[in-house]
Amino acid sequence: MTVAHPPLTRPASPPVVLSVRATPAARPWERLSPVRRLPAQVKIVGAVGLALAVVAVPAAAWPVHGLAAALLVGVGVVARVPVRWALRRSLVEVPFVVFALLMPFVATGPRVGVGPLELSVAGLQGGGLVLARGTLGLGAAILLVATTPAHEIIEGFGRLRLPRTLVAVLTHMIRFLGIVTGDLHRQEVARLARGDRRGVAGRMAATAASAGHLFVRCYERGERQHLAMIARGAPGIARGASGVAFSTAAAPARARDWLLALAPALLVAAATVALLGGVRP
Amino acid sequence: MHVPDGFLNAPTSIATGVISAAVVGLALHRSRRELADAGPVRAGLTACFIFAAQMVNFPVAAGTSGHLLGGALAVALVGPWTAVLVMACVLLVQAFVFADGGVTALGTNILLMGIVTVAVAAGVSALVMRLVGGRRTAVPVAAGLAAFVSVPVAAAGFAVLYLIGGAAPIPGGMLAGAMVGTHLLIGIGEALITAAVVAAVLARRPDLVRLAGVAGATPQATTAADGSVVLDPTAARATDTSASSGIGRRTLAVVLGASAVVAGGISLLASSSPDGLERVAGSLGFESAAADSPMAGSPLADYGIAGLGALGTTIAGLVGAAITLGIGLLVARLIRPRSVGASPAESTTAH
Repeated sequence: MTVAHPPLTRPASPPVVLSVRATPAARPWERLSPVRRLPAQVKIVGAVGLALAVVAVPAAAWPVHGLAAALLVGVGVVARVPVRWALRRSLVEVPFVVFALLMPFVATGPRVGVGPLELSVAGLQGGGLVLARGTLGLGAAILLVATTPAHEIIEGFGRLRLPRTLVAVLTHMIRFLGIVTGDLHRQEVARLARGDRRGVAGRMAATAASAGHLFVRCYERGERQHLAMIARGAPGIARGASGVAFSTAAAPARARDWLLALAPALLVAAATVALLGGVRP
Repeated sequence: MHVPDGFLNAPTSIATGVISAAVVGLALHRSRRELADAGPVRAGLTACFIFAAQMVNFPVAAGTSGHLLGGALAVALVGPWTAVLVMACVLLVQAFVFADGGVTALGTNILLMGIVTVAVAAGVSALVMRLVGGRRTAVPVAAGLAAFVSVPVAAAGFAVLYLIGGAAPIPGGMLAGAMVGTHLLIGIGEALITAAVVAAVLARRPDLVRLAGVAGATPQATTAADGSVVLDPTAARATDTSASSGIGRRTLAVVLGASAVVAGGISLLASSSPDGLERVAGSLGFESAAADSPMAGSPLADYGIAGLGALGTTIAGLVGAAITLGIGLLVARLIRPRSVGASPAESTTAH
């Protein structure tokens, strides 16, 4: 006897209202290069120095931005940074690109005609500056991230005399970052796998409740870790154990390393001074 | 709201960096005892959790999405000083490990998202908890309100910083209006998520919610000498019985009476001058771009009833207050912690 089954329809997949930003799979810092071999603390200071030098470039010396961009691309080539990864990382800048593009329209001050539009002079200048500085600063940060794994960056902070407590908190944060974000993703998958068909409010409530449970799990994991460390005789922050030593790459930096890392920032600063000195007769 | 490099000029970036460093140093000092007890592991994992929570995007308006900032959530869970540390760590890692937010703008980001949000949230939540006498049922509401207020205030802070040292001159009123307006919507999402997360944690481990101990009788977990964590369930149950009686009748009557007087009576004294945005629009000349709201045909449009004058305003005020009260009660029912008195610690000690 045949039984008439209802036609199998694909259940409408609920639009995922809350999305979890996924971490990229590529790990560019696993590629060897001369930049990768530099100690972390010089790379941190180099990146921050370059960003500062770029932000300090006044509008009158705008060609220096081109020099900075060329330096960044050059270091990126030497460090073998994958282009697609770097572009994906730069997407975070998009809202500010939009803001910079809007600036000539909303800024005040004298206006100039560009084609059919009346654009503010200060807005054009400001928008261009914001675009240039933001992109170059982001490029410096991307280079740092591409050539230094996270735990080395934290060790670099330690060597740069960041307060020991902060370094300890950062170390433990980095250790569990992958586990915790993976937990959040697993909870989201579990919710979808159990066929959550509620409306928007119900789904937000479910995600928030799972976030609450995630916090309790994180906290309890922290408690277990802390007690285990005490049980194994860890001396605590005050006596200098800021975290477990992960790698042997925390070598002290040589003068040559500092020079190499600070070179881009110094070049940009020198070019700015030269241009300004030349402009002012 | 992660500010990139170059938005603010170098002197402003350096000034905000110095202020942030000073406040973070103070927070390190103030939370030293806590961190010595519990170790850096718990603070690290809280920072981890806030970082993970920031990855959840929610749609705000057409084409825009916001994400949780986390300052109010951190305050509710671990208290204000540790929250400053935790947010500073999250922003540090985001800037240096994930290239999100400029490295020279780190001072600005920590000031806005780590310090301003935490300070405002701490103030608002402590005030609300004191007003309701420390009842545990009010904790998620206090955390949600604190979250809702802290986000637009941080956005206004950004507008102020931009006025001081921005890249191009933009009318301050317009920037502030746009920033605060968008972030009011983000604040609603943040308030809902914060309240729901705090309610969930409160239901399972009330000792982990620091806000529950503010102005109230709920004790925090104490770490005994042998390292075991001790809860005091009898005190917690005593708080529960007082919490289950809800808001007192007198308080309710006073609040309803005051709302009626303000909405129905004092509203008649409201100024009829144009508000900030209309004023800016008039002076800058884009006033004519304003179109009527699609709800302009509603019987209560513009806070009045056509043809009834002052009586119309009074009726509109009272009706609006009643509707808002209804929605507020509905939201409060949705986020009430479900299992008051059913958590494992209390159920085992009940045997």
